[in-house]
Amino acid sequence: MNTLVSRFTSSSSTELKALDSRDPDYGENEASDITWGSLGGFGNLGLNGIPSFNIPTVPDPTAFLRLHTDDAADSSCRIKIQHGTTTLAFRFQGGVIVAVDSRATAGSYIASGTVKKVIEINPHLLGTMAGGAADCQFWETYLGSQCRIYELRNRERISVAAASKYLSNLVYSYKGMGLSMGTMICGWDKTGPAIFYVDSDGTRLKGDVFSVGSGSTFAYGVLDQGYRWDLTDEEAQELGRRSIYAAGHRDAFSGNTCNLYHVKEDGWKFIGNYDITKLHYEGSQGAAYGYDQRTQ
Amino acid sequence: MECQFGLSGNGYVLLAASTTAVRSIVKMKHDQDNIKVLGPQLIMSYSGEPGDTIQFAEYIERNIRLYQIRNFHALRPSSAASWLRRQLADSLRSRNPYAVNILLGGYDNATSKPHLYWMDYLGTLTNQPYAAQGYGSYFVLSLLDRYHNPEASLEEGLETLRRCIDEVEKRLVVSQGKYIVKVVDKDGVRVIEL
Repeated sequence: MNTLVSRFTSSSSTELKALDSRDPDYGENEASDITWGSLGGFGNLGLNGIPSFNIPTVPDPTAFLRLHTDDAADSSCRIKIQHGTTTLAFRFQGGVIVAVDSRATAGSYIASGTVKKVIEINPHLLGTMAGGAADCQFWETYLGSQCRIYELRNRERISVAAASKYLSNLVYSYKGMGLSMGTMICGWDKTGPAIFYVDSDGTRLKGDVFSVGSGSTFAYGVLDQGYRWDLTDEEAQELGRRSIYAAGHRDAFSGNTCNLYHVKEDGWKFIGNYDITKLHYEGSQGAAYGYDQRTQ
Repeated sequence: MECQFGLSGNGYVLLAASTTAVRSIVKMKHDQDNIKVLGPQLIMSYSGEPGDTIQFAEYIERNIRLYQIRNFHALRPSSAASWLRRQLADSLRSRNPYAVNILLGGYDNATSKPHLYWMDYLGTLTNQPYAAQGYGSYFVLSLLDRYHNPEASLEEGLETLRRCIDEVEKRLVVSQGKYIVKVVDKDGVRVIEL
């Protein structure tokens, strides 16, 4: 560390001191005000300068992280990030339907069957979770607090477009650093129901029908064929359930249960949690979803 | 997989861009507008790395607008192209470069001439009578070598553009879906339904 610092710094020793790992205060104030050239604090960011993340002390932290987390490049990597998922959301006459599965896998191991993949950002906004569970959970909760600050500043609820743009700009600033998320920001604002797809590439798309995750293709197959704008609330909820069931049935990395939400003008409502095996044999309103059960 | 073409004719430039947004094997969106209107007589189509494209395009859009607000007149096409190229070239030499390819179409009121520029993410800039980017270019460039006419009327230009789109639809394995088409001429910018 010291050699690295001395290579890039030529100025006074007071500046160097703050970054010296042998300093007993190291880690307490890695970037002091002196480093930032100010004694009075850097704007309103407190007394310790710009806050920063602790990163591995190797020449290329991004490559280091990738080496230990990228399952595709090296299947014996030590940290396996949760990937398999099915999530979907669609917009229709009666609002927005959000449906997700609840399985978490780490490689071929089912780590959990009771994951909450819908993140309740605030009473009018929902986010879905696909890709890295921690990344989605952390940044969407963070988005929730930023949305609250927006509300307090502007005396008005944030639009879905603005909230999703905030998230997309945020993840874009971390592009190439290993974030992995594919999310749908869903809600109801003054323009009506809205869905935005945001992923860690920095892509942000507005649309009526989205599905994300390893099971998304299976969900699309059912969802696209059953989708109409003028679906009734009951039909729409049934379509969301059926599509997640389809993905849970066909995709090995999705399954266990289906969580269903419905967003209306007065905010989101949790509709229910449905066991996918139960849907297969019994269905939700009498008619079973399974092929053999349906055709016998 | 995105395709974009541009061609100039007698007093106009046409730009066409495919409207599908793809992620791995899935088409996520079928009506994406990848042509930005930068000024009263300037349009830009863009493709490339997801995320970079929209961030770069919005940055360009706002800065071209800022120039117009500050100076009470729009940037002429050749100057806009040079400035855009410089932005890409500077970005290429930064820590995270924008990987964006661009076609820029404009009508210069001072000389009453249409201009079409081809630009790639490495900062290569060329002025062309017709241009294409993406896999579609492998089919379309030879077609335009054969059929493009710099003196063509707008109707004839659109006919050539339809040929390009039909050829890509016929030979490229992946269908591109619909295209958005914009024209810029002495009257400004319009969207054209093919």
